[in-house]
Amino acid sequence: MSTPATTPLTAGTRRLIPLNHALPWIIAAVCLFILPYVFDSRSALTIMNQMAITIVFALSYNMLLGQGGMLSFGHAVYMGLGGFFCMHLLNWVEAGLWLPLPLLPVFGGLFGLFFAFLIGSFSTRRAGTVFAMISLGVGELVAACSVIIVIFFGGEEGISGDRTMGPEVLGWDFGPQEQVYYLTALWLLIAALGMFLYSRTPIGRVANAVRDNEERAEFLGYSQRHVRWMSFMASGFFAGIAGALFAINFEILTEENLNLTTSGSILLVTFLGGVGFFVGPIIGAIVFTLLQTVLSLYTEIWALYLGILFVATVMFFPGGLAGLLAMHVLPWKLGKIGHLVVPYAKMLIPALAFVLSAAAVLEILFHKRHAGLGDHEMNLYGITFDSHGAMPLITVLAIAAVSLFAIVKLAPGLKAAWDDATHMGGHHG
Amino acid sequence: MSVPAIELRGLEKSFGLAKIIQGVDLKIDKGERHAIIGPNGAGKSTLFNLITGKYAPTAGSVHLHGQDVSGKKPFEINRMGLSRSFQITNIFHNMTVFENVRCGLLWSMGYKYSFWHMVNGQRHLTEKADEILEQINLTSRRNVVAGALAYAEQRALEIGITIAGGADIIMLDEPCAGMSHSETDLIVDLIRKVTEGKTLVVVEHDMGVIFDLADRISVLVYGEIIESDTPENVRASKAVQEAYLGTTLEDAG
Repeated sequence: MSTPATTPLTAGTRRLIPLNHALPWIIAAVCLFILPYVFDSRSALTIMNQMAITIVFALSYNMLLGQGGMLSFGHAVYMGLGGFFCMHLLNWVEAGLWLPLPLLPVFGGLFGLFFAFLIGSFSTRRAGTVFAMISLGVGELVAACSVIIVIFFGGEEGISGDRTMGPEVLGWDFGPQEQVYYLTALWLLIAALGMFLYSRTPIGRVANAVRDNEERAEFLGYSQRHVRWMSFMASGFFAGIAGALFAINFEILTEENLNLTTSGSILLVTFLGGVGFFVGPIIGAIVFTLLQTVLSLYTEIWALYLGILFVATVMFFPGGLAGLLAMHVLPWKLGKIGHLVVPYAKMLIPALAFVLSAAAVLEILFHKRHAGLGDHEMNLYGITFDSHGAMPLITVLAIAAVSLFAIVKLAPGLKAAWDDATHMGGHHG
Repeated sequence: MSVPAIELRGLEKSFGLAKIIQGVDLKIDKGERHAIIGPNGAGKSTLFNLITGKYAPTAGSVHLHGQDVSGKKPFEINRMGLSRSFQITNIFHNMTVFENVRCGLLWSMGYKYSFWHMVNGQRHLTEKADEILEQINLTSRRNVVAGALAYAEQRALEIGITIAGGADIIMLDEPCAGMSHSETDLIVDLIRKVTEGKTLVVVEHDMGVIFDLADRISVLVYGEIIESDTPENVRASKAVQEAYLGTTLEDAG
């Protein structure tokens, strides 16, 4: 970073926002704008909307986990409650309340903020395990309430509404999926930018300080508890926005929006993407939503694959996908990224073979157990075979074994290439 | 006589049945450089933690500038103008050197819990942080991640964070622990420079440092202060020599 200009003449002309900081946001905005022209089917729009909501939710979750060091098992509460309130608001709009739909996420955010204020007042007293346990307890509690307090949560069938009843905005009534997409995309941008800027404010930075060393932060004049509480409220606010977007998109909220499964999956999404980077949760949300929607078209055991992916990420790439990308910045800067292409390409073939054959083993076993009686015919990767025969299973197991062997054999070479690419100098000793 | 910067009245601290601090009375004047020495296990760190608010006293009280602060939280005590360093280096390892110092400045410069300022855009904040980096000779390491600094540099950064907030009482817990002779000389010079005109309380094992730096020395043995006087008088004191078995002080020459 260069030293700031201090002469009075240049001081006034300093740009408020340097162009290179704004560029990624401009690119993101343009992409969001043209995406519906590229993927114009109804289901594509639905997936993109879902992605946008998950991104906002995951980013808000990372304000806790990544930036504040708070592991929450109950973050769905704030998105869910924000969503439920917005659903009621939509119903009041239907009854005559004047509220344009694009403003609904503001209220979702405020509801999320309100509940984060209430619950955070006691849950953020301590960090670490205590916080995690309280979040789990509160998550359970609210999910249980949703079945009990039927007048608000609508019991098992949840509550639903109609988003098109509000006043039209610029001639849009938000009936068509495309209009909803642009509304969601706009709020995605606003929320993401808001969370990004928050991370660069004094409180955002002090949240990092408390995460890294709460004792030190206390001796710098900051109450660790207040810092955590504020991070928690900010996170609840943005989670509430995600809840409002969910209400707008799906027009129904159920117990599922509050329960521990949803809370757990957002942890998964965030970790998969990488908690140490602002873009991590964004990457995680995109990959997760894609895998979830695309994989579930092809296989019934998609959740198993997601689980395996999660475990593999935690074990081998604790920095997540974003961390994996960031690892390559160094070879890039050293001008040695090219050195990695060949070793990567070599590794790709056995790795792909292993993943596909291992998946085939699981699929065949699953088909054997769960296909209808007498239904022995199975189609996998365009090949039709008898899933109950021994041959197919033996074949895929053999491929898996051979490709695993090849991976193990190639690994030292890849490591050497990596060491070479991440060090200065010509030759690797 | 003016109000002392720090005053301890009948201070006691027990952990379970173990009475670590047993009735300490001490006055430290404004602008004084005061050292606390004592054998291992004498309770120096506990005394330090009682004054800075990490522990609440079992009995007795701590006064800063005449105000009773017993039982107050560290952040409240810090806001009253007392700042401390740690025996085990306690910096923000994942942040750059510059960001570490900036964190030490945020509260005192009035940013508090603000979420409506952009930290990078605050010219005064940046200038002030750079000034402190200059003072602790870490300007060249400005953008290095603190965890990657050499040990002596981390100690200097620790002091930088401690003084950044402009507190008028500085408490340093073994600032020279684990340092070589030449590094120790540098850090003592640094301490002298950055605590100019401030009240300094320092716990240290290195007697050379103590006798070099302190105006007054308190000797803590088994949770009690057996002597509190000028370096010369402490050196001559029979009680102190007995406590130290006559070795350490003579070694310090």
